[in-house]
Amino acid sequence: MTENSSPAQKKTFSFFDFLYKYGTLLTIALLIIIFTALNPAFLDTSNIINILRSISIVTIIAIGITISLSVDGLDLSVGSTASLANVIVISMFVWYGQNTFVALVAALAASLIVGLFNSFMIVKVKIPDMILTLATMFIVQGVALTYSKGATVSQNMVMPDGSYATGQISELFSKIGQVPWIIIIMLVIVVIVHLFLNYTKHGRYMYVIGGNEEAARLSGIPVNKYKVLAYLLSAFFAAIGGIVLASRVMTAEVNAGGPYLMDAVAAAFIGLSVLGSGKPNAFGTFIGAVLIGILSNGLVMLSVPYYSMDIVKGAVLALALALTYYKRKS
Amino acid sequence: MGQTKLEMKNISIEFPGVKALDNVDFVTETGTTHALIGANGAGKSTLMKVLSGAYDHYTGEIYFNGEKVEIRNPKDAQEHGIQIVYQEVDTALIPYLSVGENILLNKTVNDMGKKQVVNWKEIHNEATEILKSMNLDISSKKLVSELTLAEKQMVLIARSISKKCKFLILDEPTAPLSNSETEELFRIVEDLKKKGVGIIFISHRMPELFRICDDITVMRNGKFIIKEKIKNITQNEVVEHMLGRKLDNQFPKVQVDIGEKLFEVKDLRDDDKLNGINIEVREGEIVGVAGLVGAGKTEITKAIFGAEPITSGKIFLRGKEIKLKSPYDAVKQGIALVPEERRKEGILVLESVARNLTAANLGNFTRKGSFLNFKKEKKAAREMIDRLGIKTPSEETLVQNLSGGNQQKVAIGKWLLSHSDVFIFDEPTKGVDVGAKKDIYELISNLAKNKKGILYLTSELPEILGITDRVYVVYDGKVVKELETEKTTEQELLFYSTGGKADD
Repeated sequence: MTENSSPAQKKTFSFFDFLYKYGTLLTIALLIIIFTALNPAFLDTSNIINILRSISIVTIIAIGITISLSVDGLDLSVGSTASLANVIVISMFVWYGQNTFVALVAALAASLIVGLFNSFMIVKVKIPDMILTLATMFIVQGVALTYSKGATVSQNMVMPDGSYATGQISELFSKIGQVPWIIIIMLVIVVIVHLFLNYTKHGRYMYVIGGNEEAARLSGIPVNKYKVLAYLLSAFFAAIGGIVLASRVMTAEVNAGGPYLMDAVAAAFIGLSVLGSGKPNAFGTFIGAVLIGILSNGLVMLSVPYYSMDIVKGAVLALALALTYYKRKS
Repeated sequence: MGQTKLEMKNISIEFPGVKALDNVDFVTETGTTHALIGANGAGKSTLMKVLSGAYDHYTGEIYFNGEKVEIRNPKDAQEHGIQIVYQEVDTALIPYLSVGENILLNKTVNDMGKKQVVNWKEIHNEATEILKSMNLDISSKKLVSELTLAEKQMVLIARSISKKCKFLILDEPTAPLSNSETEELFRIVEDLKKKGVGIIFISHRMPELFRICDDITVMRNGKFIIKEKIKNITQNEVVEHMLGRKLDNQFPKVQVDIGEKLFEVKDLRDDDKLNGINIEVREGEIVGVAGLVGAGKTEITKAIFGAEPITSGKIFLRGKEIKLKSPYDAVKQGIALVPEERRKEGILVLESVARNLTAANLGNFTRKGSFLNFKKEKKAAREMIDRLGIKTPSEETLVQNLSGGNQQKVAIGKWLLSHSDVFIFDEPTKGVDVGAKKDIYELISNLAKNKKGILYLTSELPEILGITDRVYVVYDGKVVKELETEKTTEQELLFYSTGGKADD
C-alpha cells in the first residue's frame, strides 16, 4: 500500500494505524521488557528455548487452522485430530510393536481420513464449516476414546486381559519431541507454509477463494479442489501436532490434543493482526503463538496460578481481534 | 402539511486523500420529483448520504424552509422526515421476517416504549393499510425472502412512508428492475408526489429521469454543476454537463472482417429457466443477446461457462464439441465471462488490482514449482492498467477503492491477460458512468478486431444496436429471433423481447 497520509487525517487516526500494524509486536516487546525487569532469568537462553518448545505444538496445530482460514473456513476438529494421531502413534508402538515408519504413516493416514470427511461434508453436502468441524470434533474425540478404550496408552501398560503391553517406543521417535528437534520441526513448518501461502500459485488461489468464492469460481479456479486441499492440510498438521505431542510425553492421555484447540485458534487469529496483514498467514500465526507462549511463561514465573491463565489468553485474543476487525470496519 | 423547501448549502466532505464534495448546493421541495445525476464518483450518493445522516464530519448547512437544522446521524434525518432507500435492498431487509414486520421494523424497534409484547394484529393491520395506500398487492404475512427484487424495493418504500416522510431518496431504484416493474415504481413515485412527498431520484438512465422528474441537478467531480427545470433541458445537454465536454459518437464500432465459426451453442437446456438456446459466434463478431430482465440472459452465461448444470445441449469450439463441467474447464478452453454482479462475482474487492488482474491466469506468472513471479505480475498489471486506462493510484491499490467503471475494467482486464478466445459480457455497463462506458465499448470493439468472438448480453437495447453485428432475442429462456443489427430497430427488438411473435 502506498502511504497517502493527507494532512486532514487526525493524529489519533495514524496512531491507530500504527497500533494496527505493530500492536502485536509491540505487545511482545513490552511483555519481554516487563517480565525481564521482574525476573532477569526470563531472558536466559534456557528459558527462551523453553518458551519455543512450549509453543511448538500449538504453533503446528495453529498452522493447520491458518490454512483452513485462508479459504475462509475454520477447522475446529484439529484438537481431536491431534488426540487421534497421538493415540494411534503410541498404540502402534506399544500395542502392536510396529516400527517408527508404520506408526507415523498410520497416524497421518487416520488424520487424512478426518480431512477427507470434513472436506466432503463441507464441499459436497455444503454444511457450514464451523458447525461441521464442531461435529467432527466430537466424532473424532469419540473415536480416539473408543480406540484407546478410554484409557491412557503408555509403555508397559496393563492390557484388558491382565498382561502387560510389550511394545517399546522407538529411540528415533522419542527424539521428535526433544530440543532441538521439536523447535526445528516447528520452524520448518512455519517457513514452508508461509512460502506456500504467499509465494506459490496455490496459496494465492486459496486467498482468492477466501476473499470471494464466487468470483474465484468464475475466474476458473477449481474452488472445490483447493477447499479439499485446505482441510486435508489442516488435518495433516493437526496430526503432526499430535505426533510431536506423543513424542514429547511418550504416552497418549485421554483427549490430550483437545486443550490445544483454543490456544491454536487464538494464535491463528492473533496472527491476523501481525503487521496489519488482516489475512491469515503462517508467520503471523507463529508470532501469535509466541505471544501466548511468552505470556504463559512469564505469568508462571510470576507465580500466577495456571488456572487463571485462560483469562489472560482470552483477553489477549479479544484485543487482537479488536485491532483487526475495528480496522476492517473503518 | 404545507410545502417544505429543503436547502443544502456549501456542503463539503473529505475522506482520507479525496475531497468527495466541494461546496455543493442542493435545493428541492416537497411535492416535486428531483433528479440527481452525475457520472460515477461525481458525489451524488455521498451528498444524499450527508442528507440522510450517514456522515457527521461534513461542513456546510442544511435548511428546512430557511430554518437551519442539524443532521449528523440517521436518527436526526428521520426525525426531519428524510428517508432513503439504498440500491442494495437486501442489506436493509430481514429475509426471514414477514413483510409486515419489515415495514414496521423501525416502529417496533424505536417506538415500543415500555411495551414488551408484540401486537401481531396491529402490525399486520397497519402494514396492510400502508400497502393498500400504495395500491400494492403484497400480503403483509408473506416472508420477505419469497419476494421478488422489485417487491422488496416496494417494501422498503413502504417502510419509509410508514413514518414521517417529507423527502424520499431513491438511489438507483430502477437498475435491477424489469420494464413492468419500473412502471409500477413510477406509479408509486407519482402517487407519493401527489401526497406531497419530495422525491430525490438518483439514476443513470436518462429517459426515465426525463419521464418522471420535474427538476434536475447535475453534479461532476464532487461539485454542483447546474440545476434546471427538466423541460428546459435536453438529454444531450445533461450528458455534456455530466462529462464537462461534448459527447461524440458513443459507440465506436469498427468494421471488422468476420471470420470462421468460432463458438456454437446448440439447443442448451437446464431444468429451470433455459429452454432451447441456439447461438453461434464467429471470429471478430460481436453477437448481441437482447432480452428483458428475467428473460434468462444471466442463466445463459452461467450455463455456457459451466457454472450451472445443464440438462441437455452441446457446445462447440472451432467445430469440436467441448464438455464444460465447471468454469475451470471453460477457462481452460479459452472462454471468458465478465459477470453481471461485478462486486459479488467478478472482482475481489479486498485484493489489489494486480492480484485481480492475474487471478484467471496465475499459471502464467509462476516460476518452477508454482512459485509466483511477482516482478512479472507487477509488469503485466502495469501494462494492463495503461492499456485499459484504469484510473488507480497504483497496481497495489485495493479494488474496492476504485469506481464502478474502473472495477469493471479490472474485471475485463483479468481475461485479457488470460488470452481467451471467446468473451461473454453480461450487462457490462451496469452501474458504469458514461465516460467509462465508452471505454468499455472501445475495448470490446478492439477484441473483435483481434479476431475474438464476443457474446454481449444486455437489456439496454441502444447498446445492442450500437455495437453488435448480429443479435439474438431471448424471451422466457428461449432464443426467439435472430436479427441482423443493421436491419433492425429498437422497436423490433423490444417487440420480440416482450414475447411478440412474427406473423409468418
